[in-house]
Amino acid sequence: MTGLVAVLSFTAVLALVLILADLIAKGASSLDWSFFTKNPVAAGATGGGVANAIVGTGIIVGLAALIGLPVGIGTGLYLAEYGSGRLGWIVRFVADVLNGTPSIVIGIFAWTWLVKPMGHFSALAGSVALAALMIPMIARTTEEMVRLVPHSLREAALALGYARWRTSLRIVARTALAGIVTGCLVGIARIAGETAPLIFTALGNLNFTVSVGQPMQTLSLQIYQYASGPFDEWHRLAWAAALVLMGLVLLLAVGARWAIRQRHGAAR
Amino acid sequence: MTAMAIPRPAPSGLKPETRPGVLEPSPTHILDVRDYNFWYGARQALFDLRFTIPRRAVTALIGPSGCGKSTFLRSINRLNELIPHTRHAGDILLEGVSVFSRETDPVELRRRVGMVFQQPNPFPKTIFDNVAYGPRINAICREREMPERVERALRQAALWDEVKDRLQAIGTSFSGGQQQRLCIARALANEPELLLMDEPCSALDPAATQRIEELMVELKQTYSIVIVTHNMQQASRVSDFTGFFYLGRLIEFGDTKQIFSRPSDERTEAYITGRFG
Repeated sequence: MTGLVAVLSFTAVLALVLILADLIAKGASSLDWSFFTKNPVAAGATGGGVANAIVGTGIIVGLAALIGLPVGIGTGLYLAEYGSGRLGWIVRFVADVLNGTPSIVIGIFAWTWLVKPMGHFSALAGSVALAALMIPMIARTTEEMVRLVPHSLREAALALGYARWRTSLRIVARTALAGIVTGCLVGIARIAGETAPLIFTALGNLNFTVSVGQPMQTLSLQIYQYASGPFDEWHRLAWAAALVLMGLVLLLAVGARWAIRQRHGAAR
Repeated sequence: MTAMAIPRPAPSGLKPETRPGVLEPSPTHILDVRDYNFWYGARQALFDLRFTIPRRAVTALIGPSGCGKSTFLRSINRLNELIPHTRHAGDILLEGVSVFSRETDPVELRRRVGMVFQQPNPFPKTIFDNVAYGPRINAICREREMPERVERALRQAALWDEVKDRLQAIGTSFSGGQQQRLCIARALANEPELLLMDEPCSALDPAATQRIEELMVELKQTYSIVIVTHNMQQASRVSDFTGFFYLGRLIEFGDTKQIFSRPSDERTEAYITGRFG
């Protein structure tokens, strides 16, 4: 039994190691200064970089987090602290359904409700689509983390003369903070690599832009376009972009680990 | 009744004599329980409790587990009402004012009635912040007066000498006995009129228990204390009055010496002598 479990875990780890090794082998050589600072050059030409996609990823994901984190955390707090009634049940059910909705469906909805009425693709529509993906995820993690806070702490605060909402915010949410932060980082990592909803919303853009009302490039869109394109130069850049995106996600995962360790450190 | 002391003036702002149905605070007792009943859903947990809790004394509530002692304690500061599907009948009067009346704000009530729980439950924050939490939230004193207030509360809880150099250490990093005294200091920093202790020593070793017991004897000079305990020796050592709960009813209430030497009810005698419970 132990052997079987060991083999299975080894397989899981092996996948990650193989992907990383392949990415490094094929992408690392293209990571130079101009990759990070230059914009794409004309199709077929050599050189250029993905500065527009890196900045675009930052803007779109940042904006999505700005929308998604407060809503998601607020919903999670509500579910954990007050969500025992019928409304709580409905919210929880909707969040679970939304959590299981394929991201491409979210993209189509964002296109119908934002891109079409606005008349053009935009980074903002992409952020809203990503936020919609993120909210149920954050809400459910926050709920779990808040539920882990011992009931005795709540009672201690209430018995000291804390109003219930204040207990939720000052004691419960703060105690669960490390867990909530972890959930948020994992959520951000998850949407940072999303491509499908962005195809219908942010579209992609070979030029550098910081205007959220315009189409905007992200690393995931760049990888999608370059990897499916005909040029070797594009493939090279796609590998490098994939390595950067993977590194970003790993960084967020390490950050999440670190946040968890902080919590356990504080609890001892 | 022996341990009576000087009556306190009525808390400002309450003006009991001007309100209908509100009594003058009694000089002898702080709490007046009147035909109090309590239900968890369909199950009745407390039946027709009728007694008074004396001022500036330690009152012990004893009885087998599940007999409603903690339920009663948590009725006084209305913590029970946070549990869904509970209800009560009858009344509990703190200083002559019903804790359930419309004018009584549960948040203000809980400032006036401090509580120490069975398991030490300090916040995962510094010693200082733990103690300062109540006064801060209730705006009892200015922030610059806070160090003085924290020190006073820690001294009252006999913890000051052990933590005075470590006020910025995290409260949860101390021993169980120290944590419990920290929780007592936290409750005292609010300057409550009544202190409820729900088996405060059950998670502690004998040495820590002794410290808390000595503390209670000191604290009753200033505070009125109600303690729930399973420990007969503890009840007889620290309390001035004792109430025996059995199956949700108060079987007997009186002077601790009398209850332990000449109980008038045979069930009390059976419990005290260890024949059941």
